[in-house]
Parts: sequence; C-alpha cells; structure tokens
Amino acid sequence: MYQALTVDEAVELIPDGASVMLSGFMGVGTPDRMVRALADAGKKDLTVIVNDAARPDRGVGPLVAARCLRKFIGSHIGLNPDVQEQMREGTLEVELVPQGTLVERIRAAGVGLGGVLTPTGLGTKVAEGKQVIEVEGKPYLLEPPLGADFALIAARSCDYVGNLTYMLTATNFNPIMALAGRVVIAEPEEIVPVGMIPPDAVKTPGALVNHVIRRVA
Amino acid sequence: MTETEKMDPKELIARRCAAEVKPHTLVNLGIGIPTLVSDHLDEGMGVFFQAENGVVGMGRRPPEGMSDRHLTDAGGSFVSAVPGASTIDSAFSFGLIRGGHLDLTVLGGLQVDQRGYLANWMIPGVYVPGMGGAMDLVTGAKRVIVAMIHSAKGGQPKIVPECSLPLTAERRVDLIVTEMAVIRPEDDGLHLIETAPGVTVAEVRAATAADLIVRGDVPEMDLSRSC
Repeated sequence: MYQALTVDEAVELIPDGASVMLSGFMGVGTPDRMVRALADAGKKDLTVIVNDAARPDRGVGPLVAARCLRKFIGSHIGLNPDVQEQMREGTLEVELVPQGTLVERIRAAGVGLGGVLTPTGLGTKVAEGKQVIEVEGKPYLLEPPLGADFALIAARSCDYVGNLTYMLTATNFNPIMALAGRVVIAEPEEIVPVGMIPPDAVKTPGALVNHVIRRVA
Repeated sequence: MTETEKMDPKELIARRCAAEVKPHTLVNLGIGIPTLVSDHLDEGMGVFFQAENGVVGMGRRPPEGMSDRHLTDAGGSFVSAVPGASTIDSAFSFGLIRGGHLDLTVLGGLQVDQRGYLANWMIPGVYVPGMGGAMDLVTGAKRVIVAMIHSAKGGQPKIVPECSLPLTAERRVDLIVTEMAVIRPEDDGLHLIETAPGVTVAEVRAATAADLIVRGDVPEMDLSRSC
C-alpha cells in the first residue's frame, strides 16, 4: 500500500545533478506534472534520458526552457529550437542515440545485461569509438547499458499496490524505463483499488514502483 | 497536358511509391512525403502500418473532435487505429523493425549515393535533428524505399557519387523515387528504370550528380496501378 506523494514531495527527492529517465514520445506518455514541477523548482545540471526533445511546451520541453539540463541523451531534437540553441551555446551536451538502440540500452540496464549487440549504426558516426564484435559471421556494435537515478513514468492507471497500465501509444518507453531507474516514480492519470486492474492487463508490476504521485484532485 | 503532369511533385512521388506496397504486408512510413503514400492505397489491401512509437495498424486522422491524446503517429499527430490494430512498447516496436519483421519502409532523404547509401539525419553545422528511428529502419526493414524531391532547394543534386553528409546506415536502399525518376541501386551502380511523365532521360541525368546506368528505352512511370 502506497502513501501517494504530492508532486512537490516527489520533486524534493530528486537532487540537482541527478540522472532522470523521462518516458514519452513527442510528449505523449510523458509525466507532465512532474516535468513542470521540476522546471518550477529550478533544478540544475540534470542528465535527462528521453526519446526526443519534443517541442518547447511539450514533453521534456519545459525542463529545457528552464535550463535545468546539463546533458540530453535521446534520438531526436529537431523540433525543439531551445535544444538546438543551448547545444550551439555549449551549455547543453547532447548525445544522440538511434531510437532502437536507446530503448535496448535502457532495457539492458533494467534487466541486468552488460550491453547490446546491434547492427544499427555500423559504418556511421554512431559507431565512432565503439567496439565491433562479430557473432556467427555478422558484425555488431557493442552498446553499453544505460540506467538512471530516477525513472519518471506516466501511467494510465495505478492501483494501491503500484501496478501500472498504459494506454495506446502513450506506452512507448514507460514499461522499459520502469525497469531501469534506481528509484521509480509513477504519475498515473487515475488511481484505482486493488483488483480493478486484471493481472494480464498489468504492464509494470507494483514491485518495481517506489513512489506514486497523487492524482489530480 | 495530362492529369499526372499537373500533379503536385510530392503527390506524384507518393503515388508511385504506393504501387510498391504489396497486399498483407507490414509497412512503416516516414514523416513528410512518405506519410502521403497511404492516401493512395486501398484500405481493403490488408496492409498494416506500423509507427515506431508503438502501433501496428495505424489509421487515418480521426474526425474533428474525436482524437485521443494517447494515440499519435511518430510525428506526434493524432491518428486512429484500424480494426485489428495492436499497440506495443518501444522495445517491441524496434524489435519488429530491427528483427526483419517489417516488409517495407518508405523514408525521406537528404542524399543518396552511387552505392545506394542514404544520408537523412543531419547536416553538420547547419541542422542536427537526430536520427530518431531512421537508422534502425534502414538497417532492419526488408525493403527500403527513399522518397524525395530529386534536387535540394537551390538545385544542388541529392543523388551524388558519394554522400558528403553522415550516413544513416551502411546498407544499399532498394529503390529511389523522385518526381523525376525511379532509380534502382544495384551492384554495378544506379539504374534509371523509369522517368516521370514529360521528363526525359537527359533531364534526369542533368539533375543527378551520380552516374546513371540506362539499359535500352526507359519507360514512363506507371501511375495507374495505385488507386
């Protein structure tokens, strides 16, 4: 049974300089209340791992606009001019990772694997400085696992023991990141009694979830 | 002037690409011109469109006021889902792509070279959008079609001897479709296999920096096969 936290209580858990995984794809399936509260709290030097930079007012956008980030690790930044600007200024370090590699690196960290062997990126800039390993006659890039201090998860439903469901394409990185954060904080749209979520519908078991954010009153 | 000669260049490219889509396949369409391809396909073909953000069976834009914020395409635009659709997480989605389960992807391009290699994710020092899912798509899809306007703004050729922009993958794409021509990369180079209505082989050559191989008469694009 969880004592649901307020957004502000959850934000206090996250220190300046922390690494934070943020789910979502173009802001769909992103824990928006946590993002805004982190930005309002003026957090500094965060490393954020997120699929894309979305737009200035969506997804990770408010954290970029409030200059809370030191490093951005993700696959796409093309629609957020703030990221482009801070990257040019040299105030934001950007590591671009192919999307399929990004999710598998996160998964590797979450499931105890020492990395991923992928053909994606071979012969491109992505391969620079990386080991190429041949398996059964085929070359692969060795990509390291990618974990984080915190994973901020946007769920559709959460029950009193922290079981989570997701909805449609708002699922995206959520169930994978829920494995890979050392502290997992879930921001559900609704909180329901235990038993309301059938076992087969649970996509993230409550055993993985450390904190739940109160629903909007 | 025929109807096709008046056609918008992007529509022409999309229509020609649509003729490459086979019934009962799994297809991923990139942002931009590739997205238009589905407009030229019969919904009864049994084609399932995958979007890398996690849907197999993406449908058209929902009616006004009926969109759901949990269901978008890979560009973040609201979509619907067709009967029989499924939703999946990002690891599964890229497992489909990288694992060779995707029959076809149609992607935009900045450059394609003599070897058939594609560059489409950054212009160093100018614009760095990032690769998103493009590297996985080009690496893993069974078939890759590049759908793009033949030349860059300002007229610089985009089909070049060797890409000067960073590559998306070290993989030969299967077909290049532009508003001027259809070009097939093979072991010996780029074969010009069709020209657009009203476009001559000489005009295609003039707009292409890479050598083009021409065997016999080059037929005109058949734009009647798609709906």
